[in-house]
Amino acid sequence: MAEYKKEKQKWTIGALVSNESGVLTRISGLFARRGYNIESLSVCTTEDPAISRMTIVLIGDEYTLYQMIKQMDKLDDVKKIGCADELDCVYRELLLIKVPATAEVRREIVEIKEIYKAKVVDLSIDTMILELTGIPSKIDAFLKVIEPFGVLEMQRTGVTVLARGTHTLKDRDCYGDNI
Amino acid sequence: MKLTGAEILINCLLEQGVDTIFGYPGGTVLDIYDALYRNGKINHILTAHEQGASHAADGYARVTGKVGVCFATSGPGATNLVTGIATAYMDSIPMVAITGNVGLSLLGRDSFQEIDIKGITIPITKHNYIVKDVSELADVVRQAFYIASSGRKGPVLIDILKNVQTQVCDYEPQEPRKYEALPVPESKLEAAAAAIKASKRPLIIAGGGIVSANAAPLLRQLANNIQCPVAYTLMGKGNVPDGEAHCLGMIGMHGSVAAAKACMKADTIIALGTRFSDRVALNRDAFAKNKTVIHVDIDNAEIDKNVVSAIHVMGDLYNTLTTLIPMVGNLEHTEWLEEVHKYKTQEPIKKGASELAVNILSKACEIFPDDIPVVTDVGQHQMWTAQYYKLKEPRLFCSSGGLGTMGYGMGAAIGACFGSGKPAVLVTGDGCFNMNLNELSTAVTQGTPIVILLMNNGVLGMVRQWQKIFYNNRFSQTTLQKKTDYVKFAESFGAIGMRINSEKDIVPVLKSAYETAVKNCVPVLVDCHISCDENVLPMIKPGATYDTQIRKMEDN
Repeated sequence: MAEYKKEKQKWTIGALVSNESGVLTRISGLFARRGYNIESLSVCTTEDPAISRMTIVLIGDEYTLYQMIKQMDKLDDVKKIGCADELDCVYRELLLIKVPATAEVRREIVEIKEIYKAKVVDLSIDTMILELTGIPSKIDAFLKVIEPFGVLEMQRTGVTVLARGTHTLKDRDCYGDNI
Repeated sequence: MKLTGAEILINCLLEQGVDTIFGYPGGTVLDIYDALYRNGKINHILTAHEQGASHAADGYARVTGKVGVCFATSGPGATNLVTGIATAYMDSIPMVAITGNVGLSLLGRDSFQEIDIKGITIPITKHNYIVKDVSELADVVRQAFYIASSGRKGPVLIDILKNVQTQVCDYEPQEPRKYEALPVPESKLEAAAAAIKASKRPLIIAGGGIVSANAAPLLRQLANNIQCPVAYTLMGKGNVPDGEAHCLGMIGMHGSVAAAKACMKADTIIALGTRFSDRVALNRDAFAKNKTVIHVDIDNAEIDKNVVSAIHVMGDLYNTLTTLIPMVGNLEHTEWLEEVHKYKTQEPIKKGASELAVNILSKACEIFPDDIPVVTDVGQHQMWTAQYYKLKEPRLFCSSGGLGTMGYGMGAAIGACFGSGKPAVLVTGDGCFNMNLNELSTAVTQGTPIVILLMNNGVLGMVRQWQKIFYNNRFSQTTLQKKTDYVKFAESFGAIGMRINSEKDIVPVLKSAYETAVKNCVPVLVDCHISCDENVLPMIKPGATYDTQIRKMEDN
């Protein structure tokens, strides 16, 4: 008997979908309708202009993960889908954050960004925009130390993921068959 | 050859073998209707309301197995299709709904009768399209038919902008792409076959998937070979002949006593093309306790969705059973069958002081030919039909199972008539009938011989029954108090009205109704005066377990 682990955790799902208007609505509507709890979703076109790649971070138990993948797999617009956690993958997320950076604190902020290998991408008399790329936990840690300086605005891209080595999502069989 | 978008659409429909369309014209589909008129090869049924058209396309699809097609204009025309599309979606019925929309120059400007029907129907279609360029149209129509009729079937919507319908484009006819379900190799069925062979008390639950896959003959063969009783879901009615030795009738909330007992006693459940909905599994955690569940379905997402199965097979039912039958061979379960047969004869069900409704239905299936479709609306009469109207073959029973659409019946009966080329029986209630009785006019215009058994109890019977059981007889808004004379009503529409007031009327009126309908090609409405206290029993409360089946109201 199939046993589904009850503990909730984060799952990263990659999907190749058709690059057409309305596809995002269709997929996000599916999440809302079936009550899936999505932490992040990033989507952009790929080397094939007809195809977009989506990376979704789901918070849920194993049952929810399987259901979500299988429900998505049924959509005509979803060409390939897979759970990244099955493979050895590279995860990256990008953060842009604007902080108040008057002369008094500028030195201190620069010191922090050195440690995290972030970049200063804009500087005005009293503000600074920092850019940081890394795994989500690194960004979380960076945010913790930078937040005391005050956050004027920020944006995270959400996680993007690629499998290491020769694995590619497009050559992968539908996840559904492997369950 | 160069054709306009509207002409391309009609040609593509002909490619797909469409012979009948149910629809309603309007501003943004004028060009399509013009092309339809000029072509003249497709029969168009003008309904009274777009909802009727969508239900008719659904009824047509259920009895033929082909894709049902309906047309509507933009805005309200399109939104009126929504209930019919959702009904088809929930029951996996192949349908292509085609709507017009305003031209590109008006799109997105809240123009007159503009609506985002693609957005609206995302959750209730397998797929949908908005066609903004005529060069895409032919392929979209072909894909739509393929998607609707392949895998787990369902509705597809195509929204076509008005300017696309007049644009000219090259058109080359194409053979329709045929759906070939993947064969199911023995290797995928080894665990299932071993479990079936090891079972002492197997029970097959046959659902709508068997109907969709046209696998009823194989199901019967399997049941005979392995001596296994079969219970069907509402969607699977007709898969095994009612009254036949292996057949236990319907399973679920209002399923038979025999099916419930067999389900409790079974050590192995062979679930074929059924999704363990809450009306069947009831308590999804308790359902599979102490038994091996083998689940076969074409939709991978149904595996483990409601009931977690021990063994699952994803595949087309026809191909699965073709491979499975020789693998399991002949098995003997004589003792188990004897035990199950005893369940059938035990404990008669007491439905109330009067049992006129169920007696009408028991007689109706004896009087009417057994090859004509039976359509129901939703509620008590629907369950009574499922319980008492004996059917021998699939594709004869049209009923809104998943969505439970009151008002489904009248439109669906028209579609079932056209699809089967035979008379049809519609069993409805006075609540449901009032929702779409406008379509009686369509049936009269079209000369469709439909016998309408209107179970008139002056109340919303099923809701009232729940108020009796769960709300301490507080009958909030379920007493209809209509003063309608249904016989006069039928006559004013050009149909024929009759009445059944008591048991003695049943046989003569049913005979006369059927003969009159067939002879005159006219719908005959039979106003059946039944008691408002005739209940649907047995019943298992929502979420309850099979051992708590209510067999008489006092048990509750």
